[in-house]
Amino acid sequence: MSTMYQLTHLGALEAEAVHIFREVAATAERPVLLFSGGKDSVVMLHVAAKAFWPARIPFSVMHIDTGHNFDEVLAFRDATAQASGIDLIVASVQDDIDAGRTVEETGPRATRNRLQTATLLRAIADRRFDAVFGGARRDEEKARAKERIFSFRDEHGQWDPRKQRPELWQLYNGRHRQGEHFRVFPLSNWTELDIWQYIAAEDIALPSIYYAHRRQVISRDGMLLAATRFVTPADGEEPFESLVRFRTVGDATCTGCVESSAADADAVVTEIATTRTTERGATRADDRISETGMEDRKKEGYF
Amino acid sequence: MSQLLRVATAGSVDDGKSTLIGRLLYDSKSIFEDQLDAVERTSRERGGDTADLALLTDGLRAEREQGITIDVAHRYFATAERKFIIADTPGHEQYTRNMVTGASTADVALILVDARAGVLEQTRRHAFLASLLGIPHLVLCINKMDLVDWSQARFDEVKDEFRDFAAKLDVRDLTFVPMSALDGDNVVHRTQRMPWYEGSSLLHHLEDVHISSDRNLIDARLPIQYVIRPKQARYQDFRGYAGTVASGVFKTGDEVVVLPSGFSTRIKSVRGPGGVEMPEAFAPSAICVELEDDIDVGRGHMLARPNNRPLVGSEIDAMVCWLTDETTLHVGERYLVMHTTATTPATVVELDYRLDVNTLHRVTPTDALGINEIGRVQIRTHSPLLFDPYRRNRVTGSFLLVDERSGATVAAGMITGPTPASTNVVWSTSRVDRAQRATKGATIWITGLSASGKSTIAAELERLLVASGRPAYRLDGDNLRLGLNSDLGFSKADRAENVRRVGAVAELMADAGLITLACLISPYRSDRDAIRRSHEAAGLPFYEVFVDTPIEECEKRDPKGMYARARAGEITGFTGVDDPYEVPEHAELVLQPADGDLAAQAGKIMELLGW
Repeated sequence: MSTMYQLTHLGALEAEAVHIFREVAATAERPVLLFSGGKDSVVMLHVAAKAFWPARIPFSVMHIDTGHNFDEVLAFRDATAQASGIDLIVASVQDDIDAGRTVEETGPRATRNRLQTATLLRAIADRRFDAVFGGARRDEEKARAKERIFSFRDEHGQWDPRKQRPELWQLYNGRHRQGEHFRVFPLSNWTELDIWQYIAAEDIALPSIYYAHRRQVISRDGMLLAATRFVTPADGEEPFESLVRFRTVGDATCTGCVESSAADADAVVTEIATTRTTERGATRADDRISETGMEDRKKEGYF
Repeated sequence: MSQLLRVATAGSVDDGKSTLIGRLLYDSKSIFEDQLDAVERTSRERGGDTADLALLTDGLRAEREQGITIDVAHRYFATAERKFIIADTPGHEQYTRNMVTGASTADVALILVDARAGVLEQTRRHAFLASLLGIPHLVLCINKMDLVDWSQARFDEVKDEFRDFAAKLDVRDLTFVPMSALDGDNVVHRTQRMPWYEGSSLLHHLEDVHISSDRNLIDARLPIQYVIRPKQARYQDFRGYAGTVASGVFKTGDEVVVLPSGFSTRIKSVRGPGGVEMPEAFAPSAICVELEDDIDVGRGHMLARPNNRPLVGSEIDAMVCWLTDETTLHVGERYLVMHTTATTPATVVELDYRLDVNTLHRVTPTDALGINEIGRVQIRTHSPLLFDPYRRNRVTGSFLLVDERSGATVAAGMITGPTPASTNVVWSTSRVDRAQRATKGATIWITGLSASGKSTIAAELERLLVASGRPAYRLDGDNLRLGLNSDLGFSKADRAENVRRVGAVAELMADAGLITLACLISPYRSDRDAIRRSHEAAGLPFYEVFVDTPIEECEKRDPKGMYARARAGEITGFTGVDDPYEVPEHAELVLQPADGDLAAQAGKIMELLGW
């Protein structure tokens, strides 16, 4: 753990995240943790469990379900919730579409990624959550790099980069009025490599699709998309089998995979340490829309 | 496993901060291909012929439109030596609050200067903020050297200009690196274009800078953040007090006092995250402790050691930086104070002065503080705070002021100490005038490396003075550490406090008409200068004598075997070996071995004083 009273970088990052979890649990009235079954949210859940040991995690977890998820991830999500005895809330995009609150995109490249925002904001308002933990990291994307750890959202759930609260020392100001809330990012200072080193060091279980496996894929815009029931191949997009793994998991319509033979966490650490592309650049179609795609979505209330 | 280093950048607009960070990331191969593709694409679209590395960090729409940095961005990269978190803070004056935001936890501050423009108001403002925030290491990056023909003379000019200003600040470790961020000279790799520069590249310096001894490992402080009471059969009796260690070390079996109640007990167990039992915990570990006795402990309380407690009080003296343009700070106004894990209402009782950060002059009278202004205030809190001066402890010495109505963070505060008035302490005037005393006092401050001969010279000088009928007394660093200063260690903060106390005693003795021979290594210029200023303000004579014995000679003498131990790595932070000695710039007298033996050197001091 340490020599000469010195934490390792993973020890320091874990301590910072634990501090943030405890701070929210002590000061917020109704916190919730966003849990998708993706690696960052799995790490969040793991650190949260350590923060409150031997008590249970003192808040619920919530999944914003686009309805276009990988089966392996959903199975993992449910098994994890059951094993930890945590209350899992599922807020479904399909419900909002059915109720006419949002309108599904059409066309061959339609994705429900953007639709998540409305569902998230509805779930937060309905259940009066005042602190929502997200697994976002500042190294992911340039708009994320500007985000505070305690990120203020107004009564419409929106983010205003010019009105962020100053954030100093270990003092996190989560005071807000009725209807306003905070997005809290305990893993802000972790990088993708830190996440994987931590997963390897702590032996944390992940959905199988994070590790190399053979599957049918199609090639689109220089990215490999899994050939699932959610993706309609366009003309000339012929599915083929490849040895791949996922670096992020999200909506199956816009989450790509990468060719890889890394079959366990140590192998992934080695792979990530030498990779020359970011996880979003490699695997997120929605971030390729524009230079400020993430910023625009965050202003709308995306996490 | 590697260590984490937190770095903050600062500097005026267009000094090239974003470019420097882009260069650091690029040359250390920490940029990903897709990020670089995006930067090249955008640079081309805007008609540039090379990739504008600043685009890597300016991520917001408005920033890209205006070509400026509005808010702090955090960047991450790693080398084989260390992991780095860089807070890229904006240079615009109107966003100074964001510089404070980015820099409050930094180990190192990088301040950029355009070699052509030299030291500007923003440079001074940021250097002052870095010193106010207690950032232990400062690097002045003198950038755009390509535009001054790689001139050593220009580098030296800017360096001297900055050094003059920094002498007035509490800056302990200052490094200067000439560079061109645009071309990458001296950023990651040493350049061939400035052969006169013998230092290391910026990255190499960052990999190397020694931060382990910056932390306070003396004062055990655990602010209680959260109480863990599992409602489960298996852990029915478990009652854990969770929090992040602010400073010092906590061990199983330690006697601790719970504040503010004052009850003492012992630590039954110390556990890390997940319940891992650990023999001891230190800052900034997030831990959970069980106590031997069932005492009422809750959020906002603090654990400390019975004979080393924080200050307790509701009347606090502090420097505050006002962070909002929505309101201004006024005397009589009510705020919430967020301090460690406690939040309590507070009133600003007095606004002593506003600081002109350009000149460091105190502006009085002052009736309000506006955005980005810094001032000294006295506040009265509803519940008492458990605090330490910020200089000694960045965690227990810092606080935020929050607007109760909006919830906004309006100010950042650094505690100087208890309000002098709070204990009704005012300087009690004597009925004796200084001129009426039998003798006139003075302070002779003898500084130099360990084993340079300070004590021996002082002992001889003391003998000469007393023999000639003058009341003299030697305040020896070692002797004082046996009594007055026995609670202090050798960290930077402790050394500063040691020097401050000896200075204060010397000043009292000088006022009493005694001649004090203070002989202390006192390695930091700023600490010695503070004592000189205080003496001068009180109208008391102060003489700085620098015993300039070369380190090789000191090491050869090494009467206490300290150099040998420091070289062997048994002690760290030893002046001259792995901690700097800052040579006096305006000493009244410099003594060198060539001046003769110690008796002869003592004689020279007598001569200086005309005795």
